[in-house]
Amino acid sequence: MSTQINNNQIENENLEINETNLIQEEVLQEGSQEVSHEATLYAEPIAHIGNFQITNALFTSWIVVVLIIIIACIIKFKIKMIPKKFQSFFEFMLEGAMDLADQVTGDKKITAKVFPLAFSIFIFVLINNWIGLLPLGGFGIIEVGEHGKAFIPFIRSGTADINTTLALGLMSVFASNIFGIVSIGAWKMFNKYVNVKAFGDMIKKVRKEPTILISTPIMFFVGILELIGEFAKIASLSFRLFGNVFAGEVLLMSMSAIVAYILPLPFMALEIFVGVIQAFIFALLTLVYFTIAAQDHDEHEEHEEHSTEKLAEAH
Amino acid sequence: MENVTQHLPEIAKAIAIGVGAIGPGIGIGMIGSKAMEAIGRNPEASGKVFVPMLIACAFAEAIAIYALVIAFSIK
Repeated sequence: MSTQINNNQIENENLEINETNLIQEEVLQEGSQEVSHEATLYAEPIAHIGNFQITNALFTSWIVVVLIIIIACIIKFKIKMIPKKFQSFFEFMLEGAMDLADQVTGDKKITAKVFPLAFSIFIFVLINNWIGLLPLGGFGIIEVGEHGKAFIPFIRSGTADINTTLALGLMSVFASNIFGIVSIGAWKMFNKYVNVKAFGDMIKKVRKEPTILISTPIMFFVGILELIGEFAKIASLSFRLFGNVFAGEVLLMSMSAIVAYILPLPFMALEIFVGVIQAFIFALLTLVYFTIAAQDHDEHEEHEEHSTEKLAEAH
Repeated sequence: MENVTQHLPEIAKAIAIGVGAIGPGIGIGMIGSKAMEAIGRNPEASGKVFVPMLIACAFAEAIAIYALVIAFSIK
């Protein structure tokens, strides 16, 4: 039973190859041996430096980095006071993005600090998402693996590899915590997660309002929940991006396996749209996390105290 | 009988993501419909509605992603 299923799978894969990659088909006929290719969950290695594997996703993200550097250099050296078409397009884009970021953070100072990082993430993820859609899937190497010959393409979007998205997610969550420490102080940031200060307040205020005896353990527990929430943030950020991009690749592949012409087109358009939206959401959530980290939980109370002090002074 | 037990993990995966996607699906639908309603009532606010809508969608989607993680981790 299971062997039959495996055979069917291999046949399906071959169908996919035949219809998606014409170049590959030629290789197939010349080699007169079956070359299997499937969309694997993990990125495949295309080269080795010592023990270090260079996967196709890593290779693609290097290409993206080089591309971004080149574009950035072109813009940098051609910058003028009176912008021409090229420059004014990018200025327009930046301005729009800045306005959006202001809307999210609600504070120009935070935007000025976080925007470079968020926008870099946006550009990196966007180009990575789009490069996987380019019709470059036919370029690759044929490697002899465990199940016979296997085709490994050079290009696989970096974001279709969990390692890339996990790195991005880790970076953005850790950076947001560091940003929180810088903007509101390490002690307050620590109390957000392990709420020691609440117990101090409890001892101080317990005579005035005995209900604080109940609310303090709850606040402590909420702090621990937030600590778990940080890990959930990393997981959701990385898996959202990875899931969407990888599912897109699989979708395109299976659609072109059904009918090679015309049918994949609307899905291609959908994937272009999804690429933008996912890059946008990643950058947006980074901004949101930074904003939340920079906010002080006790700000309201302190604000009230300050205002009462001012009132007292006025009187 | 042996065949059934062999494919149990695959069935479990399918159930995990299938059932797990129902809630977020309904949630995102509701977010979208409410946002449309808001824009319909006040078309000038479409710019202001869009970003919070996306953020809310992202948080609702996160639940589906947890289901996806579980589906991937079943062996």
